[in-house]
Amino acid sequence: MRSTVATLLAKELTLEWRTRESVPAMVLFSIATYVVFHFGLDRDRVTGDLASGVLVVTLLFAAILGINRLFVAEHEQGGFDGFLLAPVDRTAMLVAKAVALFCFLCIVEVFALPAFALLLLGPPLTQALPALVLVLLLANAGIAVIGTLVAGLAIQTRARDLIVPLLALPLLVPVVLAAARSATPLLQDGGAGALPGNWMAMLAIYDLLFALIAFAVFDFLLED
Amino acid sequence: MQLRGAGRRYGERAALRDVTLELEAGRTLVVFGPNGAGKTTLLRMLATLLRPHAGEVRVLGRPLPDDGYAVRGRIGFLSHEALLYRELSGRENLRFYARLHRVAPARVDAVLEAVGMTGRGDDPVAELSRGMIQRLAIARAVLHEPDLLLLDEPLANLDPAAAAQVAPLIGPDSGATRVVTSHDPAGGLQGADLALGLKAARVAFLAPTAEIGPAQIGELYR
Repeated sequence: MRSTVATLLAKELTLEWRTRESVPAMVLFSIATYVVFHFGLDRDRVTGDLASGVLVVTLLFAAILGINRLFVAEHEQGGFDGFLLAPVDRTAMLVAKAVALFCFLCIVEVFALPAFALLLLGPPLTQALPALVLVLLLANAGIAVIGTLVAGLAIQTRARDLIVPLLALPLLVPVVLAAARSATPLLQDGGAGALPGNWMAMLAIYDLLFALIAFAVFDFLLED
Repeated sequence: MQLRGAGRRYGERAALRDVTLELEAGRTLVVFGPNGAGKTTLLRMLATLLRPHAGEVRVLGRPLPDDGYAVRGRIGFLSHEALLYRELSGRENLRFYARLHRVAPARVDAVLEAVGMTGRGDDPVAELSRGMIQRLAIARAVLHEPDLLLLDEPLANLDPAAAAQVAPLIGPDSGATRVVTSHDPAGGLQGADLALGLKAARVAFLAPTAEIGPAQIGELYR
């Protein structure tokens, strides 16, 4: 399965590089949202739970844009049929799509985090950065797995743009909650606190749980 | 290939009803019928992309859908859609499918040459004409040297020279068992062993091609 995943992932990244349909839109959305928060809250510095909430929720909404487009090439250009006709493990598509979405989210955060720090964050980002990266990586993993599952389901429907947020947002509430709670002590005034182990563990367990669910049901999503 | 009372519905609407036929290995079945008669549904069912809702279907000796995984890699499917990514070049698309089918990369150059696309193989599919895309789609369908070819109007968009060029790959001399849909009575019957006429999702006729004439085929379209 590894070589199939690598083949599919290489195709995903090449298509995104050529079309630039998802990542630039996600980056622009994130930065625009931080600008809106900057003026909407009428504050140029936020800290603690407000900062972590604004950070994580914005990234989640940006992720919805990418989730919406995740299977569009397969749906519109016949890639599903081409893949389904190959003698390969169908779960490879789940893994490749989830890894691709994970990579897109990481790239978005490379641009979104400095924008967040510049426009909104009170305490300096540098001290909190290593632990914050860990939190965001775990959050990205959860968003990628759940997002891929939801995108695979929604692409078969006519109301894809409506179905994705309606299904993904409730399922991602625990990810947002755990990621925001984990990041809160890192973004406190007066220096980054310790990572809360219980919220990090919850985030990791939720990621793992949905990875297993996705692994079990993804085949059926591709079935006629 | 064997079908016994095979049927398929889309919701309440029957797309194919009670199809029974048998095709020996290496033979060709040509399928005629107006739009919506069930030709594409039949091909997609044989390609393992659609489950039969009624009856039994065996492809390459294996029952579907249970053994779909075992026959998938032995089927070459040419549909109305090219199944090619527009932003990738023809060569990149074929390399992608070659990896999925575990075909040697050298085969990509061979099929590109066979369909006369070596010179334009590195152009993005989005920049190619319909005829060129059809040639690439044929190259994709035969890339893994399938035992069964399912061809939905394979010569659509091809000029006579291109049609002659791809004939060794998808024609009767390809050596594969073939199921071909067509709207052209003379061209469709040529090189086929068995003819199936579909009308309103039902079998209108099924007979050796020697027993079928243009009048019976024309009747389907009235």
